[in-house]
Amino acid sequence: MLRRALLILAAVLIPGPVFAVTIERVVSPGGVEAWLVEDHSNPVIALEATFRAAGSASDPGVLPGLAYMTAGLLDEGAGPYDSKTFQAKLENEAIGLTFDAGRDHFRVSLNTLADRQDDAFELLRLSLSQPRFDGEPVRRVRGEILSMLAQEKQSPDTVAARAWFAHVFAGHPYARPVRGTPDSVKAIRTSDLRAWVKTRLGRSNLVVGVVGDITPEDLGHRLDQVFAALPAEGPKDEVSEWTAAPPGGVEVLNRPIPQSVATFGELGLKRNDPDWYVATVMDNILGGGGFSSRLTAEVREKRGLAYSVYTALAPMDHGAVILGGVATRNERLGDSLRLIKDEWRRMRDEGPTDAELADAKTYLVGSFALRLDSSPSVAGLLVAIQLDHLGIDYLDRRADLIGGVTADDVRRVAKRLLDPDALIVTVVGQPEGLADDQSPRGGASQ
Amino acid sequence: MRRLMVLGLYLGLAFPAQARMFDPKVFTLDNGLQVVVVENHRAPIAEVMVWYKVGAADETPGKSGLAHLLEHMMFKGTPTIAPGEFSKIIARSGGRDNAFTSSDYTAYYQDVASANIEQAFTMEADRMHNLVFDEKNFVTERAVVMEERRSRTDNNPNALLHEAMGAAMFLNHPYHRPVIGWRDEIAQLSRDDALDFYHRWYAPNNAVLVVEGDVDPARVLELAKTHFGPIPKADTPVRARPQEPGPIAAREVTLKDGRVQQPALVRQWLAPSLRSGGPEQADALEVLAEILGGGSSGRLYRALVVEKGLAASLYVGYDPASWDADTLTLSAVPRPGVALAKLRAGVEAELARLEKNGVTATEVAEAKNRLTAGLAYERDSLHAGAHRLGEALTTGETVEQVESWPERIAAVTPDAVNQIAKTVLDDRRSVTGTLLPLPGAAGSAPPMALPAFGQEIR
Repeated sequence: MLRRALLILAAVLIPGPVFAVTIERVVSPGGVEAWLVEDHSNPVIALEATFRAAGSASDPGVLPGLAYMTAGLLDEGAGPYDSKTFQAKLENEAIGLTFDAGRDHFRVSLNTLADRQDDAFELLRLSLSQPRFDGEPVRRVRGEILSMLAQEKQSPDTVAARAWFAHVFAGHPYARPVRGTPDSVKAIRTSDLRAWVKTRLGRSNLVVGVVGDITPEDLGHRLDQVFAALPAEGPKDEVSEWTAAPPGGVEVLNRPIPQSVATFGELGLKRNDPDWYVATVMDNILGGGGFSSRLTAEVREKRGLAYSVYTALAPMDHGAVILGGVATRNERLGDSLRLIKDEWRRMRDEGPTDAELADAKTYLVGSFALRLDSSPSVAGLLVAIQLDHLGIDYLDRRADLIGGVTADDVRRVAKRLLDPDALIVTVVGQPEGLADDQSPRGGASQ
Repeated sequence: MRRLMVLGLYLGLAFPAQARMFDPKVFTLDNGLQVVVVENHRAPIAEVMVWYKVGAADETPGKSGLAHLLEHMMFKGTPTIAPGEFSKIIARSGGRDNAFTSSDYTAYYQDVASANIEQAFTMEADRMHNLVFDEKNFVTERAVVMEERRSRTDNNPNALLHEAMGAAMFLNHPYHRPVIGWRDEIAQLSRDDALDFYHRWYAPNNAVLVVEGDVDPARVLELAKTHFGPIPKADTPVRARPQEPGPIAAREVTLKDGRVQQPALVRQWLAPSLRSGGPEQADALEVLAEILGGGSSGRLYRALVVEKGLAASLYVGYDPASWDADTLTLSAVPRPGVALAKLRAGVEAELARLEKNGVTATEVAEAKNRLTAGLAYERDSLHAGAHRLGEALTTGETVEQVESWPERIAAVTPDAVNQIAKTVLDDRRSVTGTLLPLPGAAGSAPPMALPAFGQEIR
């Protein structure tokens, strides 16, 4: 075979802060606001809407999973249409309409072809203002969620993550599982679902992003058509602030599986924290940067101890964590956890190298454009920017916010955020080699 | 990461009947490399993919997992790119990269700023013929793949059932091997195995370069000639795999596992692929799968999930992209409190009804409409065209066949659907898989008795 040496790598352009999107603020005649990226190159329209204070953290304490179950039922019949008719209209017209509940928010996604938008917006309006909650779909969706909960118990990743959240946020609504528990899902009544819709969906807690083949003027009318019927005042956010994590330690959930799955992390920082961009760079170097991260280098590339090891910042409205995951065969899980702790310590004590800092910054600046790969993902970005109050010029400013991060900044924030002794670890499996400092909380190992 | 692709349902796409799918520009270099370009100018980004026409079904018996392990090793260096540097170089310029392997293909991709495609071309061309790696890196990466297998398969009873069903379905064809490989065989793969496989199969005439995004086809061709053009052709093997004998026996696979909390039922039938059976059969099968399981309107979903309340969820899928034989898959999970046997009886009653009465013209018309109504969404994504075309060209389909898909679906007749249903939904072609808890094990506790997680700390 020809063994042609590569003499040069092609010159590389780092994409700057100029984006091919122009964001327009649209306010409807009735006063509903949305951000729009108008794009007539393809006859599709994507709308993303989010209601604040309508996620699982706002569920009644005795009914975790209420928002999630409602999400499963809003497209199962509304207004004059029963479930079958509603679903058939969506499918026959290729209208994508989905609802989802997270911890803080309730999300709505609508995707339609431009020439089917009359039906699409009408179905969205009906689903938000006149959902039916007929007996058959309520029974069916309840069964579907119970079945999902049973399947989650088979998934070590989900078991670890749920147990980790339950422990870390104990006593706070974030400890509740978004999908609820079998008991709560069985206890939810139709009257609960109706009350949820009445109280959780209002115009004051609504954020909307739209992308595609629609003019600002037409969008204004659609916004009134869909959202005008909702109460002007949405719910107050009554979720309390979460500011302190429990002490560090390891929790082991014994399961007969060959590979231990661990979730680990500690107190993080919120999206509006002044150190957010510094922490983003730090996380990228530590474990957020995929194949380029320190954790991947130490745990996977050098030692073959895991297929996936990562960290991520997880900011929520009322609390934040930095968390990560790893999966290693039972016999070596202790080694993976030790390496992760070492890297936690090394970042805190030494900070990044200049090369790591530069690489992380160019990645974080350049890769942002990759999020513009479809209309729904751009619409989601428009919503995220509004939810976090970043300003309509955020896309133009983001590169400088990242670019201004210095090595000293990262060192300072690493000292603030990373404490290897505070790491809270939940392991699912039959791990071996947990050292003394990793002994399970409150008792014997394994 | 270094993903293993498990193909889902070939997404139903759609368009007005005359529309083309992706309208690609197609070239072939003198050394045989196919170049496919899909323009999409909505954002200044592009996806670069190199697809090789080799996958797990091309491995030597006893060396399962080799195609996938080689995929991992492709990131372990050339004389000019140090081990692990490939992904870091892409990341440094704001890009992301990864790869995936199936039974029929191995694909590598970079999502980058469109101004940076040349960098991706340079490095992809380099590792197409300059791969080198040492024993230590090989052994470490093999351990990574073992962990990957534990994550994907050994820790997951559903995945173990599917693996066992694949082995039961294909008596003679190498599709009976899991793409990730059998555990003991992965452990025995050697560096020489991987390098031999690489030299045998990786060559421009056995690959397809696909670029989708904000690019100019003429410029892509020029860059492809510059970077891939000098790589010489090689004598890659003809893909002639052992074929399935005529199926004569329905098979049952039962997996009882103490970890199971949610029993499941899966049935697969041996079916023709687009290449092996031709477009007419494949198109009719796609319409059949849509009639049976499409969304909330499919007849099995309506009967078993909605009307009889036997299933909590149900899926019917058929992906025509396969070099040799293919499968039609039905899977269902019982609603809480429903015995698996009762669900199975319900499924079989519906299949018997289909056998007796066939499908109606209305069902066919509605299914065809659902399949093709949303085709414009495919052009909305930066990835759909590149993936569809890369997969097609590595599984024996032509670009023209990809492009004519909406017209062909529109032409499917009720007779064709009934004919293919009769042929494929034959018990002798089937494997039925059941996933059950182990009697007496913790997992056989009623699925509702979920202990509070916080109480399991010890």
